[in-house]
Amino acid sequence: MITRFRQIEMRLMGPLTLIPIVLCLVVLGTIAALPMLAAVISELVGDFVPAGLQHLVVVVLGTAGFVGILALNPIYSIWLERKVAAHVQDRLGPMRVGWHGLLQSFADGVKLLFKEDLIPRDADRVLFRLAPMLAIASAFAAFAVVPWGVREDGVVLAVSNLNIGVLYFIAITSLGALAVLMAGWGSNNKYALYGGMRAAAQMVSYEIPTAILILVVVAQVGSLHIPDIVAAQSGGLLGVGDWLIFQLFPLNLIAFVLFFICGLAETNRTPFDIPEAESELVAGFHTEYSGMRFAFFFLAEYGNMLLVSMLAALLFLGGWVGPFGSNPLIFFLKGFGLVVVQMWLRWTLPRLRVDQLMGVCWKYVIPISFFLLIATTVIKGLM
Amino acid sequence: MDKPGSTGFDGAPAVTLYDEELPPDNSYAFSPEDLEEDEMILNMGPQHPSTHGVLRVELKTDGEIVKDSRPHIGYLHRNFEKHAENIDYQGVIPFTDRMDYVGSMGNSLAYALTVEKLLGIGVGERVAGIRVITAELQRIASHLLAMGTYGMDIGAFTPFLLCFQQRERVLDLFEWLCGARLLYNYNWVGGVSHDLPEGWTDKCRRFLDEFVPVLDEVDKLLSHNKIFIRRTADIGIITPEMAKDYALSGPNLRGSGIDWDLRRDDPYLGYENYDFNVIVADSPHGPVGSCWDRYFVRVREMYESVKIVRQALDRLPAEGDVQENVPRFVRPLAGEAYCRSEAPRGELAFYIVAENKKPIPYRVKGRSPCFVAMGLFHEITRGEMIADIIAIIGSLDIVLGEIDR
Repeated sequence: MITRFRQIEMRLMGPLTLIPIVLCLVVLGTIAALPMLAAVISELVGDFVPAGLQHLVVVVLGTAGFVGILALNPIYSIWLERKVAAHVQDRLGPMRVGWHGLLQSFADGVKLLFKEDLIPRDADRVLFRLAPMLAIASAFAAFAVVPWGVREDGVVLAVSNLNIGVLYFIAITSLGALAVLMAGWGSNNKYALYGGMRAAAQMVSYEIPTAILILVVVAQVGSLHIPDIVAAQSGGLLGVGDWLIFQLFPLNLIAFVLFFICGLAETNRTPFDIPEAESELVAGFHTEYSGMRFAFFFLAEYGNMLLVSMLAALLFLGGWVGPFGSNPLIFFLKGFGLVVVQMWLRWTLPRLRVDQLMGVCWKYVIPISFFLLIATTVIKGLM
Repeated sequence: MDKPGSTGFDGAPAVTLYDEELPPDNSYAFSPEDLEEDEMILNMGPQHPSTHGVLRVELKTDGEIVKDSRPHIGYLHRNFEKHAENIDYQGVIPFTDRMDYVGSMGNSLAYALTVEKLLGIGVGERVAGIRVITAELQRIASHLLAMGTYGMDIGAFTPFLLCFQQRERVLDLFEWLCGARLLYNYNWVGGVSHDLPEGWTDKCRRFLDEFVPVLDEVDKLLSHNKIFIRRTADIGIITPEMAKDYALSGPNLRGSGIDWDLRRDDPYLGYENYDFNVIVADSPHGPVGSCWDRYFVRVREMYESVKIVRQALDRLPAEGDVQENVPRFVRPLAGEAYCRSEAPRGELAFYIVAENKKPIPYRVKGRSPCFVAMGLFHEITRGEMIADIIAIIGSLDIVLGEIDR
C-alpha cells in the first residue's frame, strides 16, 4: 500500500519537478534579457496605449514582474539555505519533494497556507495583524530603488530611478524595526516582548553605522543616485579594477566588511540573531505567529537578506559591472553570492549576547566607520 | 488522616503527602506583589527549547538582567525509588536506566555494583572489562550530547549535528550489543546481559579511530571560537570553595579546578589499572569555574575515555562466561550498602537497605549528581543576563530524568 502510494507520488512528482527548473530558467532568462525586454515592452505598449498612459503601463507591468520575482526569491533562498546548512553539517538536506528537494519550499508554503490562523486572546489584534504586513512591505518597498542594470540607451532598469535612492533605502529599511517591535508588543507574550525590544535596540543601533558607511561611498562618488555610483565603478582592469572595494586600499575593503556586518545585524542573522534567539527566547518576536503571518516574517527576512546583499554589491562590488561586460545576471550572481556567505556564517558561528552585540556596534563599528568617513573624504579632497 | 492502621515505620505516625484542607504552599515561587518597579517574572520552561528537558525556572528580571532565579523541579518525577521498594532487585535495573536517560549504562552499572556489594559477590575479568568499555563509551556519548547541545544553546547549530553523528555510532554499537539504543538493561547483578558479539571489538576500535579526528574538528569549530569564549568564559562562576560546599561532582567539580575523580580516587572495576589523566580545568580564558571550563573539561574527558576504551579492548580476556556470577536468587542478608561510581555527570551512588532474605529491597535511594548541581543554580545565576541562564543550565549538563527520578 505504502509502496503503491509512493509510486503514485513519484509519478506525480516527476513532471512537477520540471516546474521550478523551468521557473528558474525563465527567471534567469528574463533577468539576462531585461534590457531587450524593456525595449520590447515599451515598443509593444507604444502601439496600443495612448501616450499619456504609456509610462504608467510600463511601470505597472515592470512592478508586477518585479514583485513576482521577489516573491519567488524567498522560496529559493529557503531551499538554498537548507542546502547550504545541510552541506555544512555533512548531510543532504531536502531530497524528497522534487529533484533535490526543489519543491520542498512550495510544499512548506502550501502547508503554512492551510494552517489555522491563530491570534492570542489577549493580543493587540490591530498591531498583531499589521506587523507582518509592515515587515514584508518594508522589505519589498526597499527593492524599488535597487537598479538591476542599465540599457545601452541609458535607461535604468529599476522600479523607481530615484536620484536620492540611497537615502530612500536608509529610510525604508528602518520600518522593519517598527514591524518587529509591533509584533513583539502586540503578541502580549513576554518572550516576544523581549525579542521585539532587542530587535528595536539592535536595528536602531546598527542603522547608524550603516548610514555612515553608505556616506563613505557617497562621499567618494559624489552622488546619492545608485546608477551613478555603479557607473563610477565601471572600467579598470578586467572590468574589476575600478570596483570601489579595491580603491583606497584598505579603507574601502574595511568599509565593505563593516557594511556587511551591519547588514547581518539589520537582518537579524547569526551571529546577531538575538531578537529571535531560539535557545533563549523560544522564537523571539514571532513566538505567537503561525501560518501565513509567520511566513510573512520569513519572506521579509529573506527579502532583507537579498536586499542588503544587493546593496553591498551595488555600493562596493560594482553592481552589474563585471569582467564580461555589464549584465543584470552578473549583479544577481553577486547578490546571491553574498546571500550564500550570510548563510555560511549563520551555520558556522555562535550567537553574541545582547550587551556584546551593542558593544560591538558602539565601541568598534561606529568609531571605525566615522574614521573611514573622515579618512576617505580627506584623501578625496587632497587628490 | 489518622485512619486505623495507617502508621508508618516503627509505629511512627503516617506522613501525610497530600492534604486537601491545607492551603497550597506557594512561598517558594516569586510573587508578583514583591516585585519592585521595572521587575518582571519570566517563566522559563517546562516547555522551553533549552532547559534540557522539563526544568522550569522562574526568573525575576530587570530588563535583560536576572535579579534572582528559582528552579522548579519534579515535572519528570516517576516515583522510581518507591517503585524499587515493590520489585525484586534485578527488576529495578530498567528503572535505573530511566534516571539519566542519556547515560543509562552508568546508572545500571552503579546499581549493579551496589547490589553486588550488598551480596558480597564480584565479577570476572571479562565482565569488568566489558563494563568499563560500555561505561566509557556511554561517557563519550553523553559528553557528545552535552557538547553539541551546549553549542546549540550558545547559538551554533552545526557542532550539534556533528556530535550527534558520532553519538549515533556509539548507540549503534550499543544496539548491536544489547538490542537497545537508549535504555539498555545491560548491567545485570553479577554480570551483563549479553556477551560482546563477534566483530564488535573491531568495529569499536574503528569507531575510536574515526571519532578522534571528528572530535578535533568540532573542538576547533566550537571551543576556541572567539564568540563562544566571550559568551561562556566569564559567566556562571563556581569557585572551588562553592563547588566543595555544594558537594558538586564530576565534570562540574573538575571544572572548578578540583582534582577529584572516583575512577582514580575510589576505584571500582579495576580502574586503577588503566592509564588515564583526570582532567582539571586550567581556565585559560577567565576565572576558574566558568561555563567554558566545565564545557572544556567534558571535551577533554572524551579523549581520556578513548584511551581507557582502547586499553580495555586490548586487555579483554578472549573467553569467559559473562553470566557465570549472576545469582539465581538475589536474597541478601539484612544490611545496607552504599556504592558510588563516576557516571558521566558525576558521582552517582545508590544506597540500598535490605531486609533479611527478602527478594525485594526495603529502600533504594539514588544520589544524583544533577540534583546536587541544581542546588547552586540560584547562586550562580544571580546578576547574569537571560542569555547566560541558558548557558549556565547547559554547562551544568543536567538531565531532568535523574533530578526528578
